[in-house]
Amino acid sequence: MTIALETQKLEKQFGGLRVTRDLSLRVEQGARHALIGPNGAGKTTVINQLTGVLKPNSGRILLEGQDITDLPVHKRVLLGLSRTFQINQLYPDLTPLETIGLAVSERLGHGGDWWRRMGTRSDVNGEIADLLTRFHLLDVMNEQTVTLPYGKQRLLEIAVAIAAKPRVLLLDEPAAGVPESERHDILAVVGALPRDVTVLLIEHDMDLVFSFADRISVLVSGALLTEGPPEQVARDPQVKAVYLGEEAVNV
Amino acid sequence: MNAASDVGYHAQRQARWHYGEIAFWLIVLACGFAFPSRYLIMTDILRLALFTMSLDLILGYAGIVSLGHAAFFGVGAYAAGLLALHGIVNEPVLALIVSGLAAMVLGFATSFLVIRGVDLTRLMVTLGIALLLEALAERFSNITGGTDGLQGIEMQPIFGQVPFDMFGKAGFFYSLAVLFLLFLFARRVVHSPFGLSLRAIKNNPLRAAAIGIPVNRRLIAIYTLAAFYAGIAGALFTQTTAIASLDVFAFERSADLMLVLVIGGTGYLYGGLIGAVIFRMLQELFSTITPQYWQFWIGLVLVVIVLVGRQRLHRWVLYVPNLVIRQVAGRKGIVAVPESEA
Repeated sequence: MTIALETQKLEKQFGGLRVTRDLSLRVEQGARHALIGPNGAGKTTVINQLTGVLKPNSGRILLEGQDITDLPVHKRVLLGLSRTFQINQLYPDLTPLETIGLAVSERLGHGGDWWRRMGTRSDVNGEIADLLTRFHLLDVMNEQTVTLPYGKQRLLEIAVAIAAKPRVLLLDEPAAGVPESERHDILAVVGALPRDVTVLLIEHDMDLVFSFADRISVLVSGALLTEGPPEQVARDPQVKAVYLGEEAVNV
Repeated sequence: MNAASDVGYHAQRQARWHYGEIAFWLIVLACGFAFPSRYLIMTDILRLALFTMSLDLILGYAGIVSLGHAAFFGVGAYAAGLLALHGIVNEPVLALIVSGLAAMVLGFATSFLVIRGVDLTRLMVTLGIALLLEALAERFSNITGGTDGLQGIEMQPIFGQVPFDMFGKAGFFYSLAVLFLLFLFARRVVHSPFGLSLRAIKNNPLRAAAIGIPVNRRLIAIYTLAAFYAGIAGALFTQTTAIASLDVFAFERSADLMLVLVIGGTGYLYGGLIGAVIFRMLQELFSTITPQYWQFWIGLVLVVIVLVGRQRLHRWVLYVPNLVIRQVAGRKGIVAVPESEA
């Protein structure tokens, strides 16, 4: 198995606080890998380092064997590392059509095109239409994002990440805050992601983790506690101890 | 309808010309023939409109605030003055472009300072740069004429054919042509993927980077382009008035510019044009009523606009025009005011 995403001895400190401790993580190609841990374990800090929002103090990050530790955010995206945000990060004034159109244009290298009008490239239009259909956004494509219901915004959040055609996709609590009635759509699109896309899921919801992941890493206080297939992690006494009082792990 | 062509149709929705826009430009052109005694003030409005459009490109689209946009206006103004005064470039159109490029170079050089930091930092940096240039212009009075400004500028005919006349007719149509061409260019740019990416950056720079947009590069590009526009506006000022003095760099110029844009509305290009007309008309109206305190009334108008909200004002102001247009052109012809202008 080849490794899609890897961290080597990753270390991040905020002042005197070590929020990522000697973290070596390997995500295999095509895996459905979940990163779990109690509140404050440093999961989002790890994501921010993987995507380039934060710089680690030491250690390396490899994407398909290539060292990306020092690359800025947008270059990592173009190399195939894409993410969703725990709290929607969308463009309130733009429409879903524009939002996705932009992501597709950027990936195909038309983003800096300052002369040709938006909507005049049939390859871009085709992809936008395809994504809008897949994510049930076709009927609201001309609405301003800020006016959309939360569930639709959540779908758009994921659609934007997919529009970058990632080789590795980081999903940061994709179902967070979504009302029960709209959850099904989200889980369906996450479940239907093509197998050649490697997924690293950061999640609180244990039902989602155990129904989705084929491998789980447990992060506690910034360090890797244990790692393995779901059944093994669920039985791990250390994991049970960590989650005791927070959430029962049932499989 | 096939989804892809549907997407293409809707993606180009804003880029299509509306009847209201065509009407707008026809009215501007008609003014040139309707008010032959008012060329000077109308030329002044066109210059201000172009200058404001420049600010709209960075503020309305990319979200870069600036309190020192006069820096580029000033560089353009002095460049045009010096080129004409020393006979370096005699043909006005060529001199105009060279002056714009001079401002553009300054825009590119200072963009690296401006894109760092947040709004307050940007306000201070842009303000500082304009002050710095004003002081430099004063210090090097052997070149700039110091507080006297550049005197004795004589403009050659446009393309060697059309001389600038004392009524300002040539100056008006010259300025109008420049404004319209630069408007067309800006309109094209803002409806491109590049233009859309600027709006994305303004909305959410974090997400913009997360879909692969090189945020800093885009901001540098638009800031540089806006500097070119401001430089052209400054050069037009010198060419149509035959003077260039230190007040081209003045803080009031940058501050007024912000007022004009807020009055006209940001992010749809016409804000600068409409704002410039309203601002100059208000200025004239108030200064005839109360020559000393006209700024009081301008201030009041500004407060009302910000508190009441421009969108509601637009609805009232455009109620009658929209009614007429609806009769003529159907629903599609309604003068477009984007909803984001609330």
